[in-house]
Amino acid sequence: MSERTLYDNVWDRHHVTTLPNGQDQLFVGLHLIHEVTSPQAFGMLRERDIEVARPELTHATVDHIVPTADQSRPLSDDAAEEMMSELERNVRASGIQLDDPTSGNQGIVHVIGPEQGLTQPGMTIVCGDSHTSTHGAFGALAFGIGTSQIRDVLATQTIAMEKQKVRKIEVTGELGPHVGAKDVILTIIRELGTDGGVGYVYEYAGEAIEALDMEGRMSICNMSIEGGARAGYVNPDETTYEWLRETEAFANTPDEFEALKPYWESIRSDDDAVYDDVVEIDGSAIEPAVTWGTTPGQVVHINEPIPDPADLPPEKRETARAAQEHMRVEPGETMAGYEIDVAFLGSCTNARLSDLRTAAQIVDGHTVAPGVRAMVVPGSQRVKAAAEREGLDERFEAAGFEWREAGCSMCLGMNEDQLSGDQASASSSNRNFVGRQGSPDGRTVLMGPRMVAAAAITGEITDVRTLPEVSVA
Amino acid sequence: MSDGVPSVERVSGTGIYVRGNDIDTDQIIPARFMKVVTFDGLGEFAFFDQRFEDDDTETDHPFNDHRFQDASVLVVNGNFGCGSSREHAPQALLRWGIDAIIGESFAEIFAGNCLALGIPTVTADQASIESLQETIDDSPDTTITVDVDAETVSYGEITIDAAVDAAQRTALVDGIWDTTALMRANEAAIEETAAELPYL
Repeated sequence: MSERTLYDNVWDRHHVTTLPNGQDQLFVGLHLIHEVTSPQAFGMLRERDIEVARPELTHATVDHIVPTADQSRPLSDDAAEEMMSELERNVRASGIQLDDPTSGNQGIVHVIGPEQGLTQPGMTIVCGDSHTSTHGAFGALAFGIGTSQIRDVLATQTIAMEKQKVRKIEVTGELGPHVGAKDVILTIIRELGTDGGVGYVYEYAGEAIEALDMEGRMSICNMSIEGGARAGYVNPDETTYEWLRETEAFANTPDEFEALKPYWESIRSDDDAVYDDVVEIDGSAIEPAVTWGTTPGQVVHINEPIPDPADLPPEKRETARAAQEHMRVEPGETMAGYEIDVAFLGSCTNARLSDLRTAAQIVDGHTVAPGVRAMVVPGSQRVKAAAEREGLDERFEAAGFEWREAGCSMCLGMNEDQLSGDQASASSSNRNFVGRQGSPDGRTVLMGPRMVAAAAITGEITDVRTLPEVSVA
Repeated sequence: MSDGVPSVERVSGTGIYVRGNDIDTDQIIPARFMKVVTFDGLGEFAFFDQRFEDDDTETDHPFNDHRFQDASVLVVNGNFGCGSSREHAPQALLRWGIDAIIGESFAEIFAGNCLALGIPTVTADQASIESLQETIDDSPDTTITVDVDAETVSYGEITIDAAVDAAQRTALVDGIWDTTALMRANEAAIEETAAELPYL
């Protein structure tokens, strides 16, 4: 068949039936769970006396509430300990594998799936977490669900959904020096809006996307939801297969790899695939991007002025005014020079090995600015171990960064890693919502890992390309 | 259809509004209140950080306004419920007393979570929404009726054309929004689909 997208192909392969309410019932190939959104779902199952249908297709980790300093049990925060214990009880009772901090495999759910080879092309993947879109980087159809839907998946290994439209986002050209995936996705969200993707799945394509490594593709797909799209994906290619070959899913079973590859190839969008919408973005024009406001669509490139709310479309003005008041920024200024108190390098968007490597290159030969708290929170225990094997921890620590244990940490302030008062943070995470990093008055500026490193060194938002020791050749 | 699942053809009650676009689920329920293993008691934390200053004094947020304390119909603007997939957000609103939400537009995961709780999320145009929000402010005792089946919102002499997603409408009106029961009935078809997947 031709004219079909990956979305069409994966949808059809997993389509069980059409439900009386008009929704489609889809089989779920991989279900990931964590401690925050799953306990109530297990509770609902117990109330109905229903058992987990296919525990072997659900994989659990603990990430949101785990401390990133002392992880010894019982956890010092009673509420966190209760959530962790509840997850342990639930997985034990139902036979679900849990990667806890004693396993060496624990980490942010969207980091561990890909690194263990659980995430594969052509799968349907769900998790009670909106950043499940991350897994689309492998050519999977992956999206976040609510707790009642977790109940559905546990009970049936299926989910009820309506099919969405597909928008192809073609990023053309070559990215400039020190411009990365995060700059691309922030620019896309600015162009299309925080609700531009509602009703759509995003297919990311074009030379600039194809040239990205898997970590970069994950950063992009991760933030699909910030643009309103519940899922985003990249068609699988040799870059994808190279990653998969290295994982334990296939490292010792090349036959299995070869057996599945035809399926992965078969679900790719056709060259003549028909899309509901196509958007082209010039990748060569993208510069290091940062947010100036309190939504991930309020973005400027580092040398661009912060917009005057009066110049924005009417429906965006009030939000922009409130955001500028909260952030204490003025229209006409750039974000360069905006002073920060905290530099946070972490989260499911940007805490993988290559993110830490690129940031370390910026940090080398520098020290963290006086008064700035700079922290690196690796995305998983494996990322942390791999980084330590190549000495990244020492390079960060020599510069004055804290080197912490794996978890969601300051992305959402559910453990002790939080902003206080009106602290400003240069953050490699995904949301700059008011209060997101734990303090209602906290100010979050989103950016890529290199820019976080540059801000940590100078104490203010800084164009990484202007740091004297950074070569842009 | 499913045992004990009520149909939600229409919701009537007094209204409350929260103005602004892009109101995310971190605002509806801040993450620190999610360190719990049940949804019980979340109602009192709805919009917590918008409702209280640092020194715990109350702001003039509508959820603090005594005129709206018995409201069950929430009227919002664009892209309401964006961000985190946390079902804690609609759970908090439901437990506060909200049974239906009217807005210019909703984030998808949020709307899906509402449906799973039997809360309609119906949309209407900006002018109608703003006018309804003003009416609520001027006359908080006004009864608002959200008719899911007819896709209208009416209050006083006014009837607004509203839109309800087709599957949501069928699910609510026919009382088939508990998808666990619906889908469990298809075990044979589930097995068949799984058997055809090369990666399992």
